[in-house]
Amino acid sequence: MILQALKNNKNENKKNITDGRRKSMWKEIGKRMIKDKPSLISFIFIVALILVSIFANFLIDVDLVTAQNGAERIQSPSFAHWFGTDLYGRDIFARVVYGSRVSLSIGIITVLISTSIGGLLGAVAAYFGGLLDDIIMRVTDVVLAIPEQLLAMCVVAAMGATPTSVIAALSIAVIPTRTRLVRSTVLGIVDTEYVEAARASGMGNIGIIVKEIMPNTLGPIIVVSTQGIASIMLTASSLSYLGVGIQPPTPEWGAIIFEAREFLRLAPYMCILPGLVIVVTALAFNLMGDGLRDALDPRLKD
Amino acid sequence: MKDELLKIEKLEVIYKTSEETVQAVNGIDIVLNKGETLGLVGETGAGKTTTALSIMRLLPERTGKVLSGNVTFEGENIFELSDEDMRMKIRGERIAMIFQDPMTALNPVMTVGDQISEAIYYHSEKTNAAGIAARVDKVLELVGISPSRKNEYPHQFSGGMKQRVVIAIALACEPVLLIADEPTTALDVTIQAQVLEMMGELRDRLGTAMIMITHDLGVVAQICDKVAVMYAGEIIESGNMEDIFVSKEHHPYTEGLFGAIPDLASEAKRLSPITGLMPDPSRLPQGCNFQERCSHCMEICTKKNPETYVNGTHKISCFLFKNKEDRGDGDEKK
Amino acid sequence: MYNAISCNIMLVGRFGGGVLVIKYVTKRLLLLIPILIGVAFLIFTIMEFTPGDPAVKILGIEAPQEAVEQLREQLGLNRPFAVRFFDYIYKIVTRLDFGMSWRTKNPVFMDIIPRIPVSATLAFLGIAFATLFGIPLGVLSAVKQYSKSDNVLRVVSTILVAVPTFWLAMLLILAFSSYLAWLPAGGVHSYVGYIMPVITCGGPYGSAILRITRSTMLEEIRQDYVRTARAKGVPNNIIIYKHALQNALLPVITTIGQNFGAILGGSVVAESVFSLPGIGSLVILGIKSKDTPTVIASVLLIAFFFAIVMLAVDLMYAFIDPRIKAKYFKAE
Repeated sequence: MILQALKNNKNENKKNITDGRRKSMWKEIGKRMIKDKPSLISFIFIVALILVSIFANFLIDVDLVTAQNGAERIQSPSFAHWFGTDLYGRDIFARVVYGSRVSLSIGIITVLISTSIGGLLGAVAAYFGGLLDDIIMRVTDVVLAIPEQLLAMCVVAAMGATPTSVIAALSIAVIPTRTRLVRSTVLGIVDTEYVEAARASGMGNIGIIVKEIMPNTLGPIIVVSTQGIASIMLTASSLSYLGVGIQPPTPEWGAIIFEAREFLRLAPYMCILPGLVIVVTALAFNLMGDGLRDALDPRLKD
Repeated sequence: MKDELLKIEKLEVIYKTSEETVQAVNGIDIVLNKGETLGLVGETGAGKTTTALSIMRLLPERTGKVLSGNVTFEGENIFELSDEDMRMKIRGERIAMIFQDPMTALNPVMTVGDQISEAIYYHSEKTNAAGIAARVDKVLELVGISPSRKNEYPHQFSGGMKQRVVIAIALACEPVLLIADEPTTALDVTIQAQVLEMMGELRDRLGTAMIMITHDLGVVAQICDKVAVMYAGEIIESGNMEDIFVSKEHHPYTEGLFGAIPDLASEAKRLSPITGLMPDPSRLPQGCNFQERCSHCMEICTKKNPETYVNGTHKISCFLFKNKEDRGDGDEKK
Repeated sequence: MYNAISCNIMLVGRFGGGVLVIKYVTKRLLLLIPILIGVAFLIFTIMEFTPGDPAVKILGIEAPQEAVEQLREQLGLNRPFAVRFFDYIYKIVTRLDFGMSWRTKNPVFMDIIPRIPVSATLAFLGIAFATLFGIPLGVLSAVKQYSKSDNVLRVVSTILVAVPTFWLAMLLILAFSSYLAWLPAGGVHSYVGYIMPVITCGGPYGSAILRITRSTMLEEIRQDYVRTARAKGVPNNIIIYKHALQNALLPVITTIGQNFGAILGGSVVAESVFSLPGIGSLVILGIKSKDTPTVIASVLLIAFFFAIVMLAVDLMYAFIDPRIKAKYFKAE
């Protein structure tokens, strides 16, 4: 009895210590992020963009996005139409703002799905090893043998060109990369002494995965996920542009440019400005990822 | 024979990062004569390696800075040499360095033979390939490695053998001064003794002067002629072997170092380690750097930097000995 | 002179066992077979879900019911999925028969063959372009860390990685075809036609290489062996190009290999934007016209190409790093 109580007490202490350390670690990371100007600006931009996309209907009239207006066709950017108007007289800026809902959700949801499924598969493969590991990794090899964009194109072709199927398609293509990343990170951790110590103190498999392994794989996963949002958005917009992704008139960023591509010479702003928005957004996610990586591992910086 | 080879005067080195400034070396003086071996002793972070890197001018470019002081080598001020002269005439040619960790000190994708011949090639332009190869063979034999292994890669060697390769690189151009930065720390105890013995032999054979950086007084006893004890960037005690190992007068820190050596002859049940930690070199205290851990700490120690008490070749920076000197206590000066 | 000699030693020492290399390559090629069958299975399954009746697609909507039924029987569409899949693989293995294109009614193989040179040229030039500017500039950026040129390179490469390939292609067309009229906006009647497509797929890819080269070089420069080399008086440029770069190449080559999929994806875009008759644009055509056999065969071919490149990357590893070579080719 006494021994048990002692042991509990000890565990309690240990937990408090590690929790405390983790908190201060995240605080430290936050501090370093704030110091790094590009990632701070990127972070603010991303938050602002997400807010704008959520509250788009309060900021801009939905009618501007869909209503065709023959009188205002193909107008250059002006004060009334910041990004100009398209072939049907729709305000391109309004379409881009509403398009951020589609484009951002594709990026973010795909990352969430692929990271959670891929992460789980990777952790399971690394932790249990053996046949399960073999099966998961061979399937991964097969999926990875097909370039991401091509695979996604095929899936969309089969499932129909809706945002949901684009998310599904990109998730299928991205899951294996996350599986591999998490598997190799976990493999590096499984053999460390602190996992051994946890096992020796009688912690179960699930406890070890949740308490010891997941927190320690979090760093690389967060970095890759942040930058993953950027690359997924780029791929999604490429699919739309090639005409095998989200179809107009849905105001997805790539689709907006797809519609405008015939007017590249006549009205370059129609392609350039929405494209610039894609670039800036992808850049923000990449820079934030860079900042996170440096903050998580300051050794790399100087 | 007492030719002065290396003279370090009032050397001060800092490491400056965006977050803090570390005072790594704070005004040290060292004199080394030809053929002599100096043991530079101290715990991790005392500034031993920084001192060595300053002599080679290999401090990390972005962060490490020499604030003041001079290093004179064979009459030339090292800090005034051009980069090209430094490379051609000093590094690898007249001063060579052996690094602490042989596991990482060798380039993993070059054969050991190539790595040794590089040292020769870049210092003697006129030597032909055959000449270089012959010298590589010779130096490999010198450190006890069969020349037939020169086409192998570092991963094919054991730790002790790797350190021999590192030593071979250092000796390839027969330097006048060899700086060995804890050459045996990363090795097994049995291998340590072998490597050390080999270094001693080579030094005697080649007449090379040596600075042996270590935290192990046993190593010092085995191979050195002179000792300097470093603490928090300062030399707190220096002298010849007798001063350090025979004399009864010591800086409290040196006393502590001896107390921390296991002694088979004595009956002591426990070692007496020095309590506490070295002060944070980015926030050194006022007065003596050792005050916090010193059992003899006096009021003056927290206010003024300790003065140096000189007794022949023996120097101690501590106020404990100030009074003796003032009183003209002749006992120790015989 | 010294360099030449040591180079010779390295070459002989490194690939001493030619037989072993051949053995290894054969083994890897054999291992490729199950992967490619897996790829075929995956794509075959995915495309199975494509809505619509292939027979109707081939014959047109107005075709009589009997004709459709007859064609379904003829194409074997009424057989179970597994049988059709094994039949597909069997025909590929025995007669290189990838089926008939539903769009052109030609054997798919015949549609693909003439398009291979275009895609291969584009991929090869793209990778060459990306490597040739990515690695040297990455080294420069690392060696002159925080200098003006480093800052410029960092900004440009960071932005280029975030640029959608199709948008980059459009900007290039706008600048060099529309305004300057230096380059044709499409087609490959001469090599000039490849310039913009190569920049399109090589630019972002090269920027990724530049970034990884920079960060690995920065890491390598701080390694102990670099300090050893400096301590023995090796000149700075030799330390950078011979010592540090050779070690940094491992992660760089990994990135080149892993991102090769991206260059293939990028070439689909480039082929489509610049209307190049390559395999990428064939895939797009196939998807848009729901020409499943063409899509499956093209994807298989691209996966095969991709796998070969990855094998080449692995072989390069062994060439650069003796430790890996020792693992692969144990007996020496």
